[in-house]
Amino acid sequence: MTTALSPRLTAATTGRVLRQLRHDHRTIAMMVLLPSLLLGLLYLLWADLPAPPGTPSTFDRVGLTMLGVFPFVVMFLVTSIAMLRERTSGTLERLLTTPLSRPALLLGYGAAFGLAAAAQALVTVTVATTLYDLDLAGPLWAVVLIAVVTTALGVALGLLASAFARSEFQAVQFMPVVVLPQFFLCGLLVPREQMAGWLQAISDVLPLTYAVEALQEVGRSPEPTGTMWADVGVVAGAALLALALAAATLRRRTD
Amino acid sequence: MHDAVTVSSLVVHRGSREVLRGLSFGVPAGRVTGLLGPSGSGKTTLARAVVGVQRVRSGTVTVLGAPAGSPGLRARVGYVTQAPSVYPDLTVGENARYFAALYGRGAREAAAAVADVGLAGDAGRLVRDLSGGQRGRASLACALVGEPELLVLDEPTVGLDPVLRVELWARFAALAAAGATLLVSSHVMDEAARCDRLLLLRDGDLLADCTPAELRARSGTDDLEAAFLQLVREREQVAA
Repeated sequence: MTTALSPRLTAATTGRVLRQLRHDHRTIAMMVLLPSLLLGLLYLLWADLPAPPGTPSTFDRVGLTMLGVFPFVVMFLVTSIAMLRERTSGTLERLLTTPLSRPALLLGYGAAFGLAAAAQALVTVTVATTLYDLDLAGPLWAVVLIAVVTTALGVALGLLASAFARSEFQAVQFMPVVVLPQFFLCGLLVPREQMAGWLQAISDVLPLTYAVEALQEVGRSPEPTGTMWADVGVVAGAALLALALAAATLRRRTD
Repeated sequence: MHDAVTVSSLVVHRGSREVLRGLSFGVPAGRVTGLLGPSGSGKTTLARAVVGVQRVRSGTVTVLGAPAGSPGLRARVGYVTQAPSVYPDLTVGENARYFAALYGRGAREAAAAVADVGLAGDAGRLVRDLSGGQRGRASLACALVGEPELLVLDEPTVGLDPVLRVELWARFAALAAAGATLLVSSHVMDEAARCDRLLLLRDGDLLADCTPAELRARSGTDDLEAAFLQLVREREQVAA
């Protein structure tokens, strides 16, 4: 009998996905460098704009949040395409006939892209705080942690979305569906307390809201706050829930 | 002779179409059974039902004593899909080692499986750089690596040159001689002669379940292709 979640098979799958990435140098380069370059563009955009006295500069406020949003978006897309490829190439069907369980497959994917996200976050946070003078009160490790957990959410949502995509065209269009409403309502464009009540209620149930709030907490206070930890917990919980839903929607028997 | 696979009254629908119309047969253990029929006859659907990834309408498929697809079977059954299902962005060796890990085997078994399909010299090459025939063999290696008791192969010889085809069939016979059960689908009738037993499928119906010798004797011809055509005509006359 196979156990539902064999750590050995999960690790083998994580290793396999990372090996696939390793053979794709351009993807690695883009994953590591792209968020830093985009952040640089934002830095230059606001560089000469004076901030009202007593408030953080626009770049400090938005740039910090982007450390969570960029990897979330990128990993959502990468994962949903990777899973769709697995489905259309027949390898998924084959995997379903092996001892690898569905949760182990998805967790293996999640761990692989989570590790890639950690590397990406380390580079981006380092570049942001040194090259772009991003000011934050809290510790760097907290930013990396939040970025990784947020990316894990992107990975899990990507795996879930790929279950509903029959083609690459559909998969790509799930990105604006899943990502943009969360981005609009996360409190970055309009502070959450100034939103209409019903929009705020929607914002309350969208996980990206908590990722952004956690990053803002790190930006404000020198020590990790209880709110930050609660936010990280909510995002991690949402990621696990999405993974469980993805496993449930992944059918072993199909027509 | 006991059966490794027992199929009874199997009905499969895909969409509104009935793809398999109440099939019943057994696949003898330790033998090479050929699943033959023209394209669209239901061979792939039947193979998928045996490995447990096909949704079935009614009937049962019992594999090595358990319902097809049950968790305990997954380490004992190997499946090679018609289109090579290996990762094009991994090397042959990396593919084999991944599937080896899934079946609880190591790098040594992976290397042996790659050598078995004649790709030892190509183990370090990316699958996407291989020819179609080599990809198919890489895919086969990823099933052999688990040393399955039942190996289900969907059109494994399509696109292979004649020398490789002969080699592969010799390999299948050797696996059966070592105790494995093989169910091999093909639409090429001259491959039927290489099987211990034949299942002839047409439009989701089983036309014949016999040995190649029985098929030749029944139709009075040595040509298995002609024998198959004769069976089809007989069936059509009965229907008319």
